[in-house]
Amino acid sequence: MLGGYVVSVLAAGWITLSLAFVSLILAVVIGIAAALARLSRSRVLRVTATLYTSVVRGIPDLVMMLLVFYSLPALLSQAAQDWGYDVYIEFSPFGAGAATLGLIFGAYMAETFRGALMNIPKGQLEAAEAYGLGRFRIFWRILLPQMMRLALPGFTNNWLVLAKATALVSLLGLQDVMFRARGAAEATAKPFTFYLLAGGFYLAITAISLFILSRAAKRYELGVKELAR
Amino acid sequence: MNWDIIAENLGFYAQGAKLTVILTVVSLAISFVVAMPLALGRNSHNAFLRNAIALYTLVFRGTPLLVQLFLIYYGLAQFDLVRESLLWPWLSSALVCVILTFVLNTTAYTTEIFAGSLRHLPVGEIEAARAYGMSPFTRARRILLPAMLTRSLTLYGNETVMMLHATSLASTVTLLEVTGVARNIALNHYIMFEPYVTAAAIYLVLTLVLVLLFQFAQHRWAGYLQARL
Repeated sequence: MLGGYVVSVLAAGWITLSLAFVSLILAVVIGIAAALARLSRSRVLRVTATLYTSVVRGIPDLVMMLLVFYSLPALLSQAAQDWGYDVYIEFSPFGAGAATLGLIFGAYMAETFRGALMNIPKGQLEAAEAYGLGRFRIFWRILLPQMMRLALPGFTNNWLVLAKATALVSLLGLQDVMFRARGAAEATAKPFTFYLLAGGFYLAITAISLFILSRAAKRYELGVKELAR
Repeated sequence: MNWDIIAENLGFYAQGAKLTVILTVVSLAISFVVAMPLALGRNSHNAFLRNAIALYTLVFRGTPLLVQLFLIYYGLAQFDLVRESLLWPWLSSALVCVILTFVLNTTAYTTEIFAGSLRHLPVGEIEAARAYGMSPFTRARRILLPAMLTRSLTLYGNETVMMLHATSLASTVTLLEVTGVARNIALNHYIMFEPYVTAAAIYLVLTLVLVLLFQFAQHRWAGYLQARL
């Protein structure tokens, strides 16, 4: 009988993983945009991006999630009613969860990417400009490949925190590993067993990610070590 | 907008903020004391000690805090041995479980931060201490720990902010800190926007205070590490 519950908990693993991946993609896109904005010549962009990263990093993940899941739809519904539309706006737990995590970790990614961009030697940018490369090509062919290497340690860290933070979305009702573990714990009166199982699942994600990303780090550092010798 | 409801409930928010600060300070104070010897042990020559501490930090940093909290608060009741033990009056209290979980969690992160700085101490400082004939204890007290702590200030500052934000999870096991208060007001008055925005604002202010405190500490104790031109 316990076996059935174990399967149901682990089967929810793909929901946890897909939430984590969707959030990660959002976070990377927002992070790159915010990092570029912080380093841009436009004052408005710089101030907006700085405000975004500091406000988001000053609010707990859980509160941010409640804001996006409960407060934002309430605000939008109110606005819609003020305009004369009789609609009630509601977000799905998955959508709200991915949006929140993307928003939060976008701010952390922005800091990581900004640090990486600032550590790329300026001469390379000047050389690229001298070669007549356009702004997009400079980003794509000069900045991005080096940013990958410099940002990898911070990226790894952010990803590990993000993967664990997905457990919070179970509080909004998303049927992820944590939600199913809670259900199984209540149904079987064996809470320790099932929360331990959930913990093991997240630990496995951490271990596998560390293994893959440390290999990636070695791959990206190949050329650098040679030069430093 | 229903800001008058928030104004009526400001007293509850003040109590919530008090509990949030207490949870943060107590967890950080205990973990600070425990993490120092653990960081020394994490770099010890004794392989068993080193690996045991590494396993502890891996497990607690590799699983979500929510899982750890539920494992301790709900999970421990699964065992008759625990329920019949003398500790049960304490272990059945949400406050004790929350602080126990927070301490176990933040100690794992703090230990790794301290151990990391310890590894980056200049070898010469340790050799000089040995040459002076300092005993291992004097060496730790006068050379290793002070140098370790000043070098850890930036990362440790981040960890304290993380801990402050993590206290919001205490609301999931019935404690009425800032998030719990906001949740109660939202459910009692059927308003979704104002309570959470107020909670977010309180966390922002508390975060700002912590950041300023650490900037001051950095200036005061780690100034000598800053590169001067």
